[in-house]
This record gives sequence, C-alpha cells and structure tokens, in this order.
Amino acid sequence: SPKKRVTVMLNTVHTQCCLSSLLHQPEQYCYPSIFIYGHRATGKSHVILTLLKELELPHAAVSCVECVSAGLLFEQTLLALFGADSAALLPRLPSLSDFVRVYRQVCAQQPAKQTRYIVLERAELLRDMEANLLPGLLRLQELVDDNVAVILLSEIVWDKFRPNTGCFEPLLLHFPDYTKGKILSLDSNPSYTPELYSSYINILLGVFYSVCRDLRELRHLAALNFSKFCEPLEKGEAKEGNTHKLWRNIEPHLKRAMQTVYLREVSSVQWGQQQMDEKEATALRGLSALAHVELPYYSKFLLIAAYLASYNPARTDRRFFVKHHGKMKKTSFLKKHEKTSNHLLGPKPFPLDRLLAIFYSVVDSRVAPTASVFSQISSLVTLQLLTQVGHDDQLDTPKYKCAVSLDFILAISRCVCVCETKYLFLTFGLWLLT
Amino acid sequence: MNESSGCFVFKPSSKKRKRTVGIDEYFVDGNDDCGNGRERFNICQKLWEKIKMDTEILQDELNEKILESLLDFIKKCTLSFQSRTDDWASRMRASEIPTAALVLGVNVPDHDMTFQSLSDLLKNSVTPFSVSVQAKECTALKNLMQRVLERLMGVGVSVEEDEEDSGIHLPQKRVSCSISVLCQWYKTVTKVGRRTLKLSHCKNGFLQSPPIVVIFKDFEAFNPRVLQDFILICNRYIHELPLIFVFGIATSPSTVQHILPHSVSSLLCIELFQSLSCTQHLATVIDKLILTSQFPFKLTGKVLQVLVSIFLYHDFSVRNFVKGLQLALLEHFHSQPLSVLCCKKQEARHNAQKLSHKDVEMVRQLPSFMRYVETQEPQEQVQLLTSDDHVKEVCQMLLKGLRKYHKNYYPILRCLHSLTASLPKYPLGKQIRELHISCLEKNVWETNEYESAMQLLRLLAKDELVAALRKCADILKPGKTKKMKSALQQLEDYIIRFEQLDETLSGEEITSPGKDLQKKTDLFQLQKTLLEMKGSRRTKKMSPFEILRNETLDFIDGLVRSHLTPPELQPLNEVCYYSSSGVLRRHLNATPRTSIQTALSHPFYFLQNENLKTDAGTVSSAAPDICIVYKLHLECGRLINLYDWLEAYATVVSAAEGKDPDAEDYGKVDELKHARFIQSVSELEFLGFVKSTKQKTDHVARLTWGGC
Repeated sequence: SPKKRVTVMLNTVHTQCCLSSLLHQPEQYCYPSIFIYGHRATGKSHVILTLLKELELPHAAVSCVECVSAGLLFEQTLLALFGADSAALLPRLPSLSDFVRVYRQVCAQQPAKQTRYIVLERAELLRDMEANLLPGLLRLQELVDDNVAVILLSEIVWDKFRPNTGCFEPLLLHFPDYTKGKILSLDSNPSYTPELYSSYINILLGVFYSVCRDLRELRHLAALNFSKFCEPLEKGEAKEGNTHKLWRNIEPHLKRAMQTVYLREVSSVQWGQQQMDEKEATALRGLSALAHVELPYYSKFLLIAAYLASYNPARTDRRFFVKHHGKMKKTSFLKKHEKTSNHLLGPKPFPLDRLLAIFYSVVDSRVAPTASVFSQISSLVTLQLLTQVGHDDQLDTPKYKCAVSLDFILAISRCVCVCETKYLFLTFGLWLLT
Repeated sequence: MNESSGCFVFKPSSKKRKRTVGIDEYFVDGNDDCGNGRERFNICQKLWEKIKMDTEILQDELNEKILESLLDFIKKCTLSFQSRTDDWASRMRASEIPTAALVLGVNVPDHDMTFQSLSDLLKNSVTPFSVSVQAKECTALKNLMQRVLERLMGVGVSVEEDEEDSGIHLPQKRVSCSISVLCQWYKTVTKVGRRTLKLSHCKNGFLQSPPIVVIFKDFEAFNPRVLQDFILICNRYIHELPLIFVFGIATSPSTVQHILPHSVSSLLCIELFQSLSCTQHLATVIDKLILTSQFPFKLTGKVLQVLVSIFLYHDFSVRNFVKGLQLALLEHFHSQPLSVLCCKKQEARHNAQKLSHKDVEMVRQLPSFMRYVETQEPQEQVQLLTSDDHVKEVCQMLLKGLRKYHKNYYPILRCLHSLTASLPKYPLGKQIRELHISCLEKNVWETNEYESAMQLLRLLAKDELVAALRKCADILKPGKTKKMKSALQQLEDYIIRFEQLDETLSGEEITSPGKDLQKKTDLFQLQKTLLEMKGSRRTKKMSPFEILRNETLDFIDGLVRSHLTPPELQPLNEVCYYSSSGVLRRHLNATPRTSIQTALSHPFYFLQNENLKTDAGTVSSAAPDICIVYKLHLECGRLINLYDWLEAYATVVSAAEGKDPDAEDYGKVDELKHARFIQSVSELEFLGFVKSTKQKTDHVARLTWGGC
C-alpha cells in the first residue's frame, strides 16, 4: 500500500502528521507555500511525489536545475497542470506576470476542484534567477487566485533563502537524516532472509556510515558488494548464522571499496568485473594513479616559476634569482608573519612580469621572448594548471595564481633539472618557506 | 525620384571586380626571372598531398587501438542499456552515466583529428547520434544544451528526410531547450527508425536503440558549474535516454575529481582510456616522413632542429610539426628555382632536359657543383663550364647519385641507431632523430660520441651483439641497391661465423695466467709476474670471438664512413635540401616584441629609406616621431618626466628641420610639435612601453628593462 511505503521512508512521526494534514483535504485551500529541507537522499522528493501520485492530486514537478531560464519553469508548470495548449500561450521570454496572466486565463476555464501542487526540486537555484521570482512563487495562490500550493524542496535551510526585501514566510518542514536503525529497516533482498540482509547492512554501515549518509550511495554500495558477501553462502563454506565468518570475508573487501569505487576511482562496472574475475591482487588503475602530466620543456619551467612566484614573497626574489644581490640581513629577511607556512595560506596572485622575470632566471639557456612562450601561459590557464585572477579580458598586467600542488612541482623539477645542484636550488627555493 | 532610387542598393557583380589569383601565380610572381614556377608549384602540391595523406593514415594507425577500445566500451554500454532488467541489484544501484575519460596529452591542437576520427567511427558503426562540444561555445548551461540539442536533432532530421515527414521539428523557441524535448524526439526517432529503417539498420549494424554520445572535447576548459548542472540533468533522464559521455582530458584523469564534486562524479561510471604519448607520435611521424628515401624533399640538420625544438620546447603538437614541414616545403619550392629537379626519377630526368640556359648557369653557381667541377679532369672542367647540354647530362647523373646516396643512407642510419640505442647513457642519442641530425651536420665518425659508442660496442657480449646484428640484417633486407645487398650478405656471413664460433670454441681450453700465480710466494717474484701480466694483457692474444667482433665492428665502421657522409658533400644537394632555418624560425616562432623593438630602433629595415641609415645605437633625427620618442625614452630611468622628454624631442626634431642651432626659437615647443609628441607617446603606451602612473605628477612609468 502506498501509505505504508511512504511511512517507511519518513523519518519522524511529526513530518508524517504535517504532511498528511496538508494533503488530505484537497477540496479546501492549502497553505500557499511549503518549504521542505533536508540533506541529500533523505526522501524529500520521493515522499512528496509518491504521495501526490498515489492520492491522484493534480501536480507539476519541476527540477530547477533543468530550468536554464524562468520561462522554461513556467512552461513546464503550465504543461503539467493544464496541458500543452496552455504552455503555447506564453510569449517569448515570459516574465512572472506573463505566467500569472496565462495561469489566470486557463484557470478560468478549468477551475480547481482540488488543490493544485507545484513541486520545485533544488529550489536553491531559484535564488540565482530573477529577483521577483521566489517571492512571487511563494504567494502564487494570492496572485492567481486559485487553489494552488507551491512546494519547494532544497538541501539548504530557509534562512539562506530569505530575500532582503522580505517575503511571505512559507511553512517549514524538515526531513532529518536517516538514523542507522532506520536504514537497516528500509530494504531487503528477496532471495535471502531479512536477518541476513540486515546483518550485511550492519557491516556495511560499520565501514561507510562515518563517511557517507547518502541513502542512494549506500544502497548503491550495498548492491555492488552483496554478491561478494553471499559468496561463502553459495559455495557452502559458511551458514547464514555464521556472521563472524561472513564478516571476515567481506570487511577487507568493503574497506577497499571505500578507497576505490566509493571515490569513483574505479567505475562500478570495473569493480563488478574485478569481483567476478577474483583477481584481487591485480589492482585496477585508479583515476588519480596517473597524475603524471607530460609538458613541453618551457611549460615546465613556466609552471615552476609560477609556483615560486605564488608561494615566495616578492621581496625574496632578489635574493634567490639575482646573482650579485646585495646582502640581506638574516633577521630582516623574513618578517614575522611570513614565518607561518605559505602553503597553509595558499597561492598568492602575481603579475605577469614577475612570472617572466623568474622564468628567465630559472631556465638555463637564453630564451627569446617568443609568442609561443606567451601562448604557453594561456594554455596553462586553459589546462587549469594556472588560474587567471580577475577578468579574462584584462589585457593590462594580468595576474595569475599557480594551481598545482607541491608534489606536482617537485616531480616536474626532478625531470627537468639535469644537474643535481640546480634541482637542490629549486627545491631549496620551494622548501625554504614551507 | 531621387529618394526612391536611394532605397535600392546597387550591388556590383562580384565576378568582375574580383581578380582571382591562382595559388600557382605566386610562384611565378615571386621569382620572375625563371619560367618553371608553375612546374615547381605542381611538384610541391603533389608532394604535399602525398605527405598529408601519409600523415593522416599514420594518425589513424596510431589511434586505432585506443579508438577501438573506446568503441568496444560504447558498444558494451549500449548493450547494458538494452538489457537493463528490473532485478533487485539494478533497482538498488544508482543509475550512472557511462563515461569514458580519454586522456590525450597536452598537445591540444592534435586532438581535433582524433575526435574527428572518433566521431566518424561512431557514425559508421555504432550510432548516428553523437555530438561533440567545445568549451568556448558553451559558456553557460543554456548554450551547452542548445548545442547538444541542435546538433543531435539537426542530424536526426537530415537523416530522416528521405522518408516521409516524420513530424520532427527543431525547437522553435530557444526556451524549450530542455532534455525532455530531446527525450520525446529520441522516442519518435527510434520508433520511426524501427518501423521504416529496419532494413537499413541491419545494414548499418546500428543497434536497435542507438546511444547518444556526447563528446566534451576539452574537458578542463569547461566551466565546472555548467558541467555539473548538465550531468545532473542528464542523470534524471538516464532511464529514458541511453546517454554516454566522452571526456577529452589533456592533463591527468584526476582533474575529473577536481572539477566535479563527489555528489556529481558519483553519477558517472568513469572508465579510463589513454592515448599514445605525443613524443612517440612524433617519432613515428619523423620515421615515416623524414627518415625515408620516398620523398625527394629533405631538410638539413638545422631546419630539422628548429622544428623539433619547437615541438619539444613549446607545444608538443605533431600537427604543428607537420605544418612546419609544409612551410619548409613551400619555402623551398618557392625560393629555390632549381627545386624543379626535386621530384621523382622520370620527372627529374625530364625536367633536367628542359633546363634553360639561365637555370644551367644557376647550377654552375651552386657551391656543391663548383666543388664537383674542381675534382674533375681539366678537359671535363672545360666541358662543364661551356656546354649546357653536357651540364644537363651530368645533372641527371648527379641526381641519380643523390638518389642512391639516400637509398643507402637511411638503412645504414637505422642500423647504426639500432646498434647504439641500447648502449648505456646513449652516446649517440636515444632517438634516431638526434643521430640523424648529427649525421647531417658533420662526419659522425669524427665525433667523440661515435668513438665512445664504438668502444662500448667492442665490449658487447656475444649474444647481445648477435641479436643487434640480426636486427641490422632485418633493417637491410628491404634494401634494393647493390651496396645494401652486399652489405646484407656480409652481415649475414658474420652472423653465421659468430654462430659457428660456438661449436669450435667449446673444444678449446682457455689458459688463464692466474694458475701460475699460486705457485709463487716470493714477493719480488710476485711483483714481477704481475707486471708481466699487465704488459701481456695489452698485447694479449685475443680470443677468436674478440677477433671476429673487432672485424665485424670494423665492417660496420666502414659502412658508416662510406654511407653516412653529410649531404652537403653531395653535388646538387641544394636541389633537395631546404636549409634556411632562420626563415622558418622567424615564421613559426615569432618574436613580436623583438621585431617591434627593431622597428623602433632601426626604422631603416622596415622603411627602406637611405636617409635613415645610421650607426648602431643612434637614430637619425629624420626618423618617424615614435622612433625618436622611443630612443629618448630608453635613456630614462623607471619614471620619465614628460616635460623633459618633450624638450628633448623638440630639440631633436628642430635639428631635423635644418634650423640654425643658434636661432632663438631653436628647440622651442610649438603646438604642432607638442601634438606630434603627445601622439607618439600615446602610441608607445599602446605598444606597452610606458604607462601612466599616479606615483608622481607629469610622469609616466617605463615598462621595459634595459637602456640603450
């Protein structure tokens, strides 16, 4: 029965009461807008949509991610509530008032017998659209003078939505996270006893619950690894009651899953194949295993120079890169606040000429300032190894930041520097302030 | 009347106005003194076509493996879409979009060809629905959706046009660019396809519901927000639309995790595909295009060095390398009138016969030909210098010699490389191109590197040496010239002798001098014997293996000395070899800043005005204003006082006007000079040499280092 399924998904008695009181008298006017929030995969849209479907209430479910413009949102809403003809009445690039006008027009022909519901998923994206959209939708009932309720679903609390100008306060409903016990009781496997399955989920939660509460993801992992869990049973090596043996079998496997398939280092298909092949020793190459990037010779030096410029204070350049620099007193060399690790502070922006100055002093040979050296900088930006600070179209003294890690730079400088002292020099420059 | 006639725009017929200049005209115009421009152009064009085709074939061969595995992946995913069952596991599992992460390396310009062949392959064998998108056309989610829909549904419409009107329309309004529109479209298309295209489907080998493949060409350049939203949307429709993504990644696969948060990347089922590295790619291209006697056109060492260093130092792009080769080809045929002889055997003979008197004179002036003449008998010399017909005859003979030289050069080069490539520290270079360049530039056997390589070779153990020699024999096998055949014969003889050595050696006993050593206990005696042994080791009788090894290596040394001579010594090498590396470098690796500075400090080079010619470091006062201003600004420090600058400028310009230095208004600033000065300063600012500063009033800041 639908009601039972929904109550299984629901977490607290409170939300259940609220929802049923809201939805169970469709002939009467509903509260104009309801705001439901809760973390990812806490059953928000599932519960609402199942309820609306099962109770056969007229509704429109729209995901705001899909609506690249407000027009699309209006169109889909009208399409779902009144059919294709009504959506065609909207002008090009409709505004909220156009929507209200069209709504009133078609609503006059088909007056509401039951409350119409408009469900907006990922409602946080409404904030980035036109400023009048969110307040308008919140009091849509008033605007169109129809028995309509707007249900907003979001992962963000209402406080972050409230516009500066104020608005109609919706009814707030919270879907809390599933507790461990709740998750245990949610699913079952048809071919095995519920006790066995819940003991499996218990083991799974032991490994994953600390990092992941996303029900969808947990289910995914459960499905991926269940066959491995059942393996001793199928082979007849263990009985259902022998939980310890089953645990010993699956636990290391799940730990490996956390490092690989959970992080999407290895795809779920590959993970499944690996299980079938039973070759556990041959570890699959993960995505981050191939971190090595081959770069042209000067690009490597440009990147090293960018790193040095990003993490060393500009004052110290003279000391590092000029051969006959004047003496700097040791005490004044580093200011007090600079003694905190620069790597904790993150990369700092630097202008193009500083980058080039360091580049020319770091690279061994004389390099002509050719166009290709400059174009390499911009290709490093498109490869996201450098990031440009400020506008893209700023031609005058552009500023950059280095976006790669210390390990990356160390690997590059190791393969670029033929002579050892040069490498030492570079790494010294890098390490001195770490 | 006037008003009404003004409303009609008179369009001149464009045909009359346009003077179409054929490309071959440029070859004639460029060197007006000789009549073979058109022929040279034709030869050049033919050669280029051949090179282009060869590179394309090469590219396809190199990509074959990765593309095939990618296709397999896509087919596998399509099958899993169709066989999707409603069992427990698939209901529990999150629906993921199959994604191929295609790691292609940082040589972004080369990727186009790979993607082109990928989408061709897809269209031919898997699905008609594949789109590729680039980051620059998808700055917002709206644009991305629009591109995907347009390209997909546009293709669909054009495919179905032959059949009856299937009622598919492109979205009229931009607004309705949503995936649900695509869903409906896909359903209609596949339904129609199933009904009407049943036969053709089987023919094409398309699966029943072909997947929709979206290729993101440059993954890194995409706005992360746009990508995330797109993936989120697509994931909502994965049950209705069999979507497959291909990410073209230039750096490393971990960028996927940098760009997409876990909540989004968990919607993807990513599999990794890695292409060949670009250095390997270049090595194959050089192997097939440069190290072959197939093409008559050659590059000298310096030119090849320029092309290779642009590749290694700057872009890693094979496509740009081939483009550079094309430029060299064009330059060669354009600038060298005698390149008319740089073609295939028959054609070259024909063209040699047709050489005009002027051409023959040009041949006589070639340095390599002059050297050749000097080595001839006096009577022959007179003949060569007086009779045109004789020169033509000799030319044919020399061209034949040049072809033979190439036919021998490349196999021997490969042999030498295969022998030395496995030596420790690679004395002659790891890549064959390094060896090739050093052979092109000088007598390779005179270098220290060659000597040390030979010494190392003389230390090789038997099985290593024999294996290397076998490889050499394999290289020499396809050789058709007499010399190569005899070299192969000799080499095989040596290999046989090495093998026979085994049988004879096993009977012999090696007497080591160490045995006597144990008997002597006297210190003096011991010392004496040790000294003797040391002496004897130098002149020690070599084992038969060592003798044979030395003999073999002497033979190889002889081959190198006779065939790997630099091409400069070959007569008529100028016909085939393109040597102006400077031109190539200037075109391919431009230095805009340097040329601006040259233009400003030496206006003579660009304006070709004799009056502007001056000694180094000075500028004529008659030079353009901006040059004078530039010259003056070089003498200043970081901050330049505008008024001082103006006065200095006025003085210089007054001198140019030829005014009397003692006159009262000499060097005085009038309005005209003031305006000219301001204009030149703003031009300098535009070029990026100075900029206004707020540090000091009436000052500008210099932006370049260094003075006069």
